[in-house]
Amino acid sequence: MSDSNPQATPPGEERREDEESPARNARHGLVLFLVYLAFYAGFMALNVLRPQAMSENGGGVNVAILYGFGLIVAALVLAFVYMHLCRNSGGPEGGGRS
Amino acid sequence: MIYEGSLVSLAVFSVFVAAVLGLSFHLGARARSVKGYYAAHGQIHWFVNGIAFAGDYLSAASFLGICGMISFYGYDGFLYSIGYLAGWIVALFVISEPLKRMGKFTFADALDSQFNSRGIKFAAALSTLVVSLFYLIPQMVGAGVLVKPLLGFPHHVGVLIVGVVVTLIVVTAGMVSTTWVQFIKGSMLVVFCTLLTLLILLRGLRTDPSREGHRYHAFAVLPEVEVASGPGATVLPEEGSWPGKPFVRVREEGTGIVRVWRRDGKDSEGRELLSETQTVTVRGGKKYVNGRAQGSRKGEPDLHSVGHIRRLPGDRSSTGSLGPIEFFNVLQESEIVLWGSEKIIESDGAVTTVYFQKPTPGREVLVPGYSPTFKGLRNEPFTWAKLDFLSLMLALFCGTASLPHILIRYYTVKDQAAVRKSTVVGIASIGFFYILTLYLGLGAMTSGMLDLTDNNMAAPLLARSFGEFLFAVISAIAFTTVLGTVSGLIMAASGAVAHDLMTNLLRIEMSDHEKVRAGKIVALVVGGVAMVLGILFKNLNVSFLVGWAFNVAASANLPALVMLLFWKGTTKQGITAAIVVGMVSSLAWILLSGDTYAKVYGLRAEDALVPFSQPGIVTIPLGFVVLVGVSLLTRRPVTAQRPQG
Repeated sequence: MSDSNPQATPPGEERREDEESPARNARHGLVLFLVYLAFYAGFMALNVLRPQAMSENGGGVNVAILYGFGLIVAALVLAFVYMHLCRNSGGPEGGGRS
Repeated sequence: MIYEGSLVSLAVFSVFVAAVLGLSFHLGARARSVKGYYAAHGQIHWFVNGIAFAGDYLSAASFLGICGMISFYGYDGFLYSIGYLAGWIVALFVISEPLKRMGKFTFADALDSQFNSRGIKFAAALSTLVVSLFYLIPQMVGAGVLVKPLLGFPHHVGVLIVGVVVTLIVVTAGMVSTTWVQFIKGSMLVVFCTLLTLLILLRGLRTDPSREGHRYHAFAVLPEVEVASGPGATVLPEEGSWPGKPFVRVREEGTGIVRVWRRDGKDSEGRELLSETQTVTVRGGKKYVNGRAQGSRKGEPDLHSVGHIRRLPGDRSSTGSLGPIEFFNVLQESEIVLWGSEKIIESDGAVTTVYFQKPTPGREVLVPGYSPTFKGLRNEPFTWAKLDFLSLMLALFCGTASLPHILIRYYTVKDQAAVRKSTVVGIASIGFFYILTLYLGLGAMTSGMLDLTDNNMAAPLLARSFGEFLFAVISAIAFTTVLGTVSGLIMAASGAVAHDLMTNLLRIEMSDHEKVRAGKIVALVVGGVAMVLGILFKNLNVSFLVGWAFNVAASANLPALVMLLFWKGTTKQGITAAIVVGMVSSLAWILLSGDTYAKVYGLRAEDALVPFSQPGIVTIPLGFVVLVGVSLLTRRPVTAQRPQG
């Protein structure tokens, strides 16, 4: 399962990282997922509860376009944040420093 | 409208097909083991896999459907872009890495990794087949629909071309060649759509979208008195189905042609205004456009292409080049002519469809709620339509991470880090493409090139406004979008039958080589079935089947996947029950919905047995409830729980 170099890491240490990195990544993933979910739910709520707000202007374009593009860009930004967090979480499964 | 196949289109498409087939035969040797055939040995580079995600995911529905919907109804089409992209967040943050860790070749492998349950294997394989089939049919029908205007062949030839090419791709090198086809298609789609968007912004917006060699028909708005009292004009009496309609029929003496005008308010002098319409009448099996028999070749009577701006800010006639934000700004302040339609049954049984101009403020077009699908969204009180919208957005959000042909891509890279990186590349390329869809759709809306009878043609026709060569290239790309998606679907279906059912469920003894052969035979059969279905469903509006696929995938697969990962009390019976109930309930809901009543059964949508069409908001939670309930009922004492697999 692991791609790590056993000579560089004691066997016990390697097993611990294998077990912990996925759990840590999952925790990071869950938090970022909830952040995006809130943003996405806000878009749906605004459309359903205050549809007239979508045509208000913000930064040269209306809220509908701003929020829509925002959701797409936010997905990418959070994806990079996740990559960064996983890289720093250590261990071969973290895909980063080993 | 009349289209003629383009030789350049055919040449570009042929080069693409020759390249991918050549590549497939070249890579054939890499798919001789089971791991090679189903998972490309897990050796695909993460970047290639990421772009292949885009090639797999961006089907004809994304490219042609979304652009078409935006070009006819504005922002509403973009709601699909938002929902389709948001689904990748669930895939990246929740599903992808555990799926890679637990699985081997298919989604069923992962679900069953801790249980070794025949029930899970069967339910997961069945769900994979159902979802893949619902996704496959519209792709194949789409190939047939596209091939006539794009390449000049009849429907069944399009279906056969796609079926044969894709089956060859899958059979020769399985996931290896499938990945490369999707990589090439994904790259071409993003690159050429970027080019189209740049051209739209460079051209800017104009009130007269005429171009070299094509003069845009100026649709008239005239005082009624001028229309009715013109030389040789006779206003026909309101009879048959016409009374009470806002239309005035005027016959031209001499030719006998009847033109239909629509009442369009009054001018500043208080005179009644009439706006020019276009009509299609089907009488005795013959088709008449604007009162004349429709031709079959260019230059013969046909509908005028549409799509223009009536008024730009400051009453300018053109804007010159625009920046990406400025583009929306100017559109918001403009008046755009959209088109509506009404069907009228004439007294002699003929059916006339009247297409009429709908001058619309730009700011109305750039917010949700203009299309028939989302028209209830702007109402103040909370209605079923709003619940339908929420349900659709939920299904799109949850569906992506549950689509079997997407999930199998996670097994083609070597480890979880590669899974993560490739998903991020996928999100970047797919997200970028979805941003472009808004420019492409709005660019098509104002390009003067739209076909009133077919909004799927909006993107290729937009390309034609920049010249025949770009039209040919975009047409060929549109056709190849089908290849990339269908190859992924056939791989998923092949894995479900040969790997999940034959090898794991029925435990048929096979050597590694025989397993690959079984997979290839199943791919051949699935390819054949797809071709037959693509021809059989030729006349059925099947685009909604993609929506079915998302709803069924989200309702059947997501609860099982999520609970397996996050709840230790999950049992094999709970997973099996959740998949079956999620699949059956979402299917039943769809079959009893207003959309299906109207589009499939030809009945009144109001008579449907369920209050709104999109089942996700009911059936996704139902899947979770069933899983928890059945798991609690079937839980064993702690010591005997969950054998390690």
